[in-house]
Amino acid sequence: MPTMTYLQAISDAMREEMRADERVFLMGEDIGTFGGAFKVTDGFIDEFGPKRVMDTPLAESAIIGCAIGSAVEGLRPIAEMQFSDFVSCGFDQLVNVAGKTYYRMGLSVNITVRLPSGGGFSGGPYHSQNPEAWFMHAPGLKIVAPSTAEDAKGLLISAVRDPNPVLFMEHKHLYRRVKGDVPTGSYETPFTARIAREGTDLTVIAYGAMVHTALEATADLDGSVEVLDLRSLVPLDEEAILKSVRKTSKVVIVDEANQMCAAGAQVAAIIAERAFEDLDGPVVRVATPDVPIPFSPTLEQSVLPQVDDVREACRELLEY
Amino acid sequence: MLMMRGIEERAMTLYRQGKVPGSFYDGFGQEAVSAGATWAMAAQDRLCILHRDLAAHIIRGVEPWRIFAQYMGRADGITRGRDGNVHFGDRTKGCVGMVSMLPDMMLIATGMAMAFKLRGEERCAITWFGDGSTSRGDFHEAMNWAGVQKLPVIFILENNQYAYSTPLDQQFAVNPIERAAAYGFPGVSADGNDPEAMFEVVRAARERAIAGEGPTLVEAVTMRMHGHAAHDDMKYVPTAQVEEWRAKDPIDRQVRRLEALGVDTQAVRDSVKAEIEAAVERALQSPQPDPETVLDGLFADEPALLEDGNGPWSGFRS
Repeated sequence: MPTMTYLQAISDAMREEMRADERVFLMGEDIGTFGGAFKVTDGFIDEFGPKRVMDTPLAESAIIGCAIGSAVEGLRPIAEMQFSDFVSCGFDQLVNVAGKTYYRMGLSVNITVRLPSGGGFSGGPYHSQNPEAWFMHAPGLKIVAPSTAEDAKGLLISAVRDPNPVLFMEHKHLYRRVKGDVPTGSYETPFTARIAREGTDLTVIAYGAMVHTALEATADLDGSVEVLDLRSLVPLDEEAILKSVRKTSKVVIVDEANQMCAAGAQVAAIIAERAFEDLDGPVVRVATPDVPIPFSPTLEQSVLPQVDDVREACRELLEY
Repeated sequence: MLMMRGIEERAMTLYRQGKVPGSFYDGFGQEAVSAGATWAMAAQDRLCILHRDLAAHIIRGVEPWRIFAQYMGRADGITRGRDGNVHFGDRTKGCVGMVSMLPDMMLIATGMAMAFKLRGEERCAITWFGDGSTSRGDFHEAMNWAGVQKLPVIFILENNQYAYSTPLDQQFAVNPIERAAAYGFPGVSADGNDPEAMFEVVRAARERAIAGEGPTLVEAVTMRMHGHAAHDDMKYVPTAQVEEWRAKDPIDRQVRRLEALGVDTQAVRDSVKAEIEAAVERALQSPQPDPETVLDGLFADEPALLEDGNGPWSGFRS
């Protein structure tokens, strides 16, 4: 099994799907000759040509709207938002058209929207957001967020094949920092949670980059800590969440997104509703306070959940 | 056109009787816009249809009783009660129903045209939108992209004088038809109250599209003769303006034209009326949707193969 970066795994997934299925094509800003702002599509235009690697005008609503139109005609577009922040300009097409079309009219919208998300590199307020919760609130959209290279490839292939609109939250801070063994060829990863590390005393629930923060924070704690990687936010794997919480009776939820109504808030609500009797302590959340993500590295690190923040939260809860 | 007006007039009485929930939107006076344009399209073309374009659905073969069932939110409506009375499109007939954010469908039509071009098919997409829609960004994004890619799409601007209560002079400083040239394709004005004029203009636009010459913006100049919806008494419209347009009624004009050719238009009226009454009766028999099913169909399973095995498209038949 070759070792790949998270970024290479995403490229590999698209290359496999494009080779196997002529309905799959790419659209986005600067993805052609330039190879994308993060070089995820580097070389694609040489192999697949400009018809299937479509450089678009700077128009997110058009990218998503045209992807929807081509999808109801049976194609399988993968649309790139250059930065996940820019999806706000295409919000209406996702929320009002993509998410509702199958429910209203039975027309399947087989689109994948790639959203390079997250902070940690001084991107400032417009290049560091984690917008997944905006869309969790809108029915009809699936949302996945891989933390490993292997899952990045498998979840992206699943997203492309899924007949529904899928938002693929790829964490840009993981692009070149995370490497791992990635199976060759085509494989699908289900939209379910995975246990990143088994434990018995405490569960840390995270997704995306925060899975790595959680693993590092809990590696040498006094106590056996389970780390649950959600991988998919819609659908949310409620059974995996409840099973782990019932086993450990204590839970810390980590969100890189702003705390208010974040994905972790939904996880906390599910636990409160369905596993209250199994808890031996309060549900604890570690998340980014409700401010824009600041530019200065000092300020940015002070708001994004750090390894020490998660470690401290876990330690306190273990002692509760 | 007679069927459209007849269905909408009958639906308005059903609305007043409380049998149509929500409000009710009609296209009284605008029948020629969708009728003329739709007749100019081929069976394999796709239609993104607006709320005052009922003739497009009828010409595409949607049965009137299902339209009434749709208005009434019944189980046999096109959206099975999932969406409001005029928001519908029968996917099996190549129609996409509108969303309320009006120029959004311009991008859906543009995306469809993109698929046709990518697959090298001789097909065209058409979409309608109002004068108010021209103020939103999606109007620009669709026109720009379609122009850049020379896509086979026809944009029909229904200039019906008012966006809800907002008149044209408060909507734009320059008529949007003049913007087409800036996007690199023609803008053509047509008499939106004349189905034959609409047919001719759209037929030419379709030929251009199929020949790979790109999109056309067609301005259908017409007048919304009723309020924005049933609850709107349109007191903001000067009486003289209504009277001026009443004299240009598209159905009266077409009837005169056909009678001059010897057509028995009264017989057509009678048959349309009978068909509408039968449709209402049948629609009233349609059950209310079952609340047990309200959560069904949020997400799709794999789209089924069509009978012709022509790839797992979304359900359109060509």
